[in-house]
Formats: sequence, structure tokens, C-alpha cells
Amino acid sequence: MNLVLPQLTSEAMAESLSILLIDDNAIRASIIEAGLREAGHATVQIVTDMEDVAGRIRAFAPDVVIVDLENPNRDVLEHFFALSRTIERPIAMFVDKSDPAEIEAAVEAGVSAYVVDGLRKERIKPILDMAIVRFRAYSRLRNELEAARSELQGRKIIERAKGILMRTRGFSEEEAYALLRSTAMNQNRKILEIAQALVTASELLGP
Amino acid sequence: MGLTQIVAGYVPLLDSAVLLAAEEFGFAESEGLHLHLVRETSWANIRDRVAIGHLDVAHMLGPMPISANLGLTPLDAAVIAPMALGLGGAAITMSMAVWAAMAEAGAPEDGSPGPVGAALREVVLRRHRAGEPRLRLAVVHPESAHNYALRYWLAASGIDPDRQVDIVIVPPPLQADALAAKRTDGFCVGEPYGSMAVARGVGRIVTTKGQIWQMSPDKVLGTRLQWAQRYPEQLAALLRAATRAARWCEDPTNHSALAGMLARDDRLGVEGDLLLRAITGRLEFEAGKEHAMSEFFVPYSRAANFPWVSHALWFYSQMVRWGQVAHKPEHAARAAASYRPDLYRAALSGINMPVPGASSKIEGALAEPTEMGAIGGRLTLGPDMFFDAAQFDPDRLDDYIAAQQS
Repeated sequence: MNLVLPQLTSEAMAESLSILLIDDNAIRASIIEAGLREAGHATVQIVTDMEDVAGRIRAFAPDVVIVDLENPNRDVLEHFFALSRTIERPIAMFVDKSDPAEIEAAVEAGVSAYVVDGLRKERIKPILDMAIVRFRAYSRLRNELEAARSELQGRKIIERAKGILMRTRGFSEEEAYALLRSTAMNQNRKILEIAQALVTASELLGP
Repeated sequence: MGLTQIVAGYVPLLDSAVLLAAEEFGFAESEGLHLHLVRETSWANIRDRVAIGHLDVAHMLGPMPISANLGLTPLDAAVIAPMALGLGGAAITMSMAVWAAMAEAGAPEDGSPGPVGAALREVVLRRHRAGEPRLRLAVVHPESAHNYALRYWLAASGIDPDRQVDIVIVPPPLQADALAAKRTDGFCVGEPYGSMAVARGVGRIVTTKGQIWQMSPDKVLGTRLQWAQRYPEQLAALLRAATRAARWCEDPTNHSALAGMLARDDRLGVEGDLLLRAITGRLEFEAGKEHAMSEFFVPYSRAANFPWVSHALWFYSQMVRWGQVAHKPEHAARAAASYRPDLYRAALSGINMPVPGASSKIEGALAEPTEMGAIGGRLTLGPDMFFDAAQFDPDRLDDYIAAQQS
């Protein structure tokens, strides 16, 4: 398939920064990469494993390195930057020491950025802002998945509790659910908690 | 009344024990504190999260507050160490192949740093003559007690740490893997990661940080100066809780409970047996060969929790020695002010736990354990000798730095 790339003017080319993204989570990395490309940053590279990351950095000579805050190899990276001076000290991060809110937002989102010394804040900020938004979007996505998973789990437990009531008390499904609900209301607890208690009790008492 | 919450970061290492025990065994609670512990994956995270206030306090590399105050770190936040978290606790481990070559060159089995270093020098020279690549030795951070202990030992053994070997960074939990994969030839790291490499049969402990410099400092409790100033009572309560926890950690009757707690997946997530070895000083230098060391890791006695200004200045002298910072009087002053024995002393006054009256001492002067007068009782300090018998007098910092640069 041939992609027709928009022609960049030489001015735009000069403005475009090379970005290296280090993230061992391949899904998140691709979400961030897509965002960067949509924002017009054509020169993005992704590294997902740390094997020879130093070599990759040296070869690619990025202007900005974006890394997941939880990556245990941050200390490795910083040492490499300090040694190679590829990225000049004060290396890390977050563009501007004097903007605590920006720094906090980045750390909150789980992203750290290392920036070549001398790059102007106005050029880096949109990149970092984009990364922050995408990191947040990813963790929201993950939280939603987890919520969905636990909701499914919860529904199964309620089904089992209903089944126990139907089997042992001869209730219809509706009656079983009504009992769970009224018990929950009387005890000011969630239906799921009542159902869980019933399931546990029934397991303890045997078949 | 509810408990006051303090958020504390740590990296999964043995010397985070004092903080973890303070939370787990009720010491924080009895001071009215709830310690909310957060495990971090890198020292960079510890540094950044303390600096921006995500963490109130943290288990921190001893030199880290100093480097923060010298502007070596990306964020401008004054960081202080009002307490130390223990002495010793780290070992130098080599791959089995390097150890075999060292043994052939006459390295003794007992870890004596002098002859072991001489054997390593022989190996380094032989490799150079044979045109083989330089040894790659790992530490966990450039500004760590381990980097400085390793470099001190290499240099005193006649090996130039900047030219004759490569020193690289590897996160603590990944050290054994890196050694197994031959990405490194050895490392100097806090326990239990040396013992882990030994247990996996990929490494041999050749000497320990406590043999290179007895009772040498390692991790501290670090916090933002701003936080300490804003919440002095909370900080004092935490220092008392952590000191009581440290005393508890050192008591042999608690060692197995401590190892069991640290082993949990939500703590260090490391096999309890490995931790127990380091806690009790029954290290295996090689698999199956136990090597009893008294006082391998000292969490409490020997004034192990006291943040000596002389420790801070020694770390600073090594930062200068290895080119991390230029030596200037104002830098030395900032380094010295990073450790706050005054805060520690004030917090512990009147609770029957002895605290040194002096804030600095000559390092390397005590060949034997020596009893000293202290505020609130008596204390036994030392031995604190460097293996090459050098002394560090913080009042003669310039001379020490000059001598090391020649």
C-alpha cells in the first residue's frame, strides 16, 4: 500500500523534532506514537525492550526521549545520558524546572521526558502535553477494562447466590433476587456483598 | 483520633527494612502515624517524587540528598537526610568465570579486600594483554554508596575505575539476570541481590562493602527540606518510630519475622532465605558455602541511624574524586548541610535512646568497637577502618580531596 504523505515545507521540517519513545508496554507505546504522528511529528521511534537501548539512542540521536516513569531502567538511561552527553545535563526532564505544575502533571500521568539542553520550552511543551494526555488515556482504558472485568465477576457471583437460593429454598429467580436486594437494603450493604457472603457460607457448609 | 498519614517511597532492598518494619510492626502507629508505603522501580522515581511532593519521605541512596542540593538532579528542591537507615549491607559479586580467574591469581576465599583486589588487578591486566574486552561492573546508580565503595576499592587496588574497567548501571532486581546473561561481569549492590546471584549459581561474592570500609554508610531517610520545616512534629515522630523499628530489626529474636515480612510479594518479593542470610550475616560467598560475618548489615547499633556529617562529606569527596562535581567551598558546605544530625538528635531527646553528641567524626580511626559517651546513654561506635588504612578527617577535606586526585 502506498501512503501519500503530506509534503512538509522546509520550514516545517526544520521545526520537527525527533522523538524516541521508551516503553515496555507495546500497546501504550503505539497509542502514544499515534498521537505524536497525528500531531505532525513524523520522526518517532519506539523502543520496547531495553537491550541495547544505548546503541539505539546513539544511532537515532533524538531531541526528546519520552519514557514510562515505571520503567526500572530510568537510572540506566540517566547514566547513559550523563556519560554520552547526547542529551546534555540537566537531562531530565519535564522541560522546565520552574514549572512545578507541568512537572507534577507529567509525573501524575506516569511519563518522564528527557530533553536535549537548549531546546526551547515552546517546542517541547506540546509534545509533553500530548504524551501526558495519551498516558492518561491509556490508564483510563486499563481502568475501564478492569472495571468491566470485575463487573462481570460480580454478576457471576450474584448468579451463583441466586442459584443457591433457588435450589435450597425453592425460590424463583425473581424471588431469589428480591431477597438478596431486600437483605442488602436492610443491612445497608451492596447486593454483591450479600451474594458473596451467601456463596462463601454455602461453600463452607458443603453441598 | 485518627492517624496522620505519611507517604514513604522505597526501592525493594534489604535496607528498606527499617521503614517497612516501622509500618508493619506498629512502631509508626504508636507514634500516631500511618505510613503509606509505595514501592518504586527506580532511584530516579524516588528522587522525582520526593522533589515534587508525591512522597513525603523515602528510602534514599545516601549521596542522593547531596547531589540534589548540588544541582546534579533535574528538579530544584532542597532535600535533607535527617536519619540513616543502616550500615554495611552490600557486597561485590563477580561472575563464576571472573572468580575462577581471580582464584587462579591468588584471590583468597574470605573476601579480604586487599588480596582480592590484587588478584582482580592481575585479571584486569591479563585481559588487557590478551586483547579481551574490559570487565563490565554494575552498580545501581552513579551517586550511590556502592559506586563509591567499588571505585574506592578498585583505585586502592591499582585499577583505574574509569579506564581499566567499565562501570554501568543496572537496577537492583535485574543484577543477577544481567550477570547470568553475561551483560555484566560483576556488580556491587545492596542485599539480597548478591545472595540471589550466588543462589542461582551465576555469581560469587568476592568481598563486601563492610570489608572495604567497616560500618560504612549506605541508605538514608530523605525528605524535602520544605516538608521537614512544615511538619517538624510528624518528622520527629517518624524518626522515633523508625529508630525503634531499627532496634527491633536488629534483635535476633525478630530476624525470621522480619525476613518473612520482607519476602512478601507486596514488599520485596524475594525469597525469605536469601534475606535471612543477609540479616543474620550468614552469607554464602558461593553456593553451599556459608561464611559467617558478624555485623554484615547493621540497622541500629553503632549509631547506625545517625546521619553523620562526616559521612555526607566523604560521599561529597568521592563525587569530586570521580568528576561528578567540582570542589568549591560552597559545594562542600551544601553537602554538609544535606545531613541533619540536629533534627535527629532533637527528635530522640528524652526517650532513652542514646544519640551521639558530636555531628562529625574522623572516619577510619577506630580499629575496635569503642564505647563513647552519648546523649541519653552510652554508645559503641566502630570499627570503621578503610581496608587501606586511610583516614578521612572532615576538617581536612581539601587535603583528602587533593591526595585522591594525585
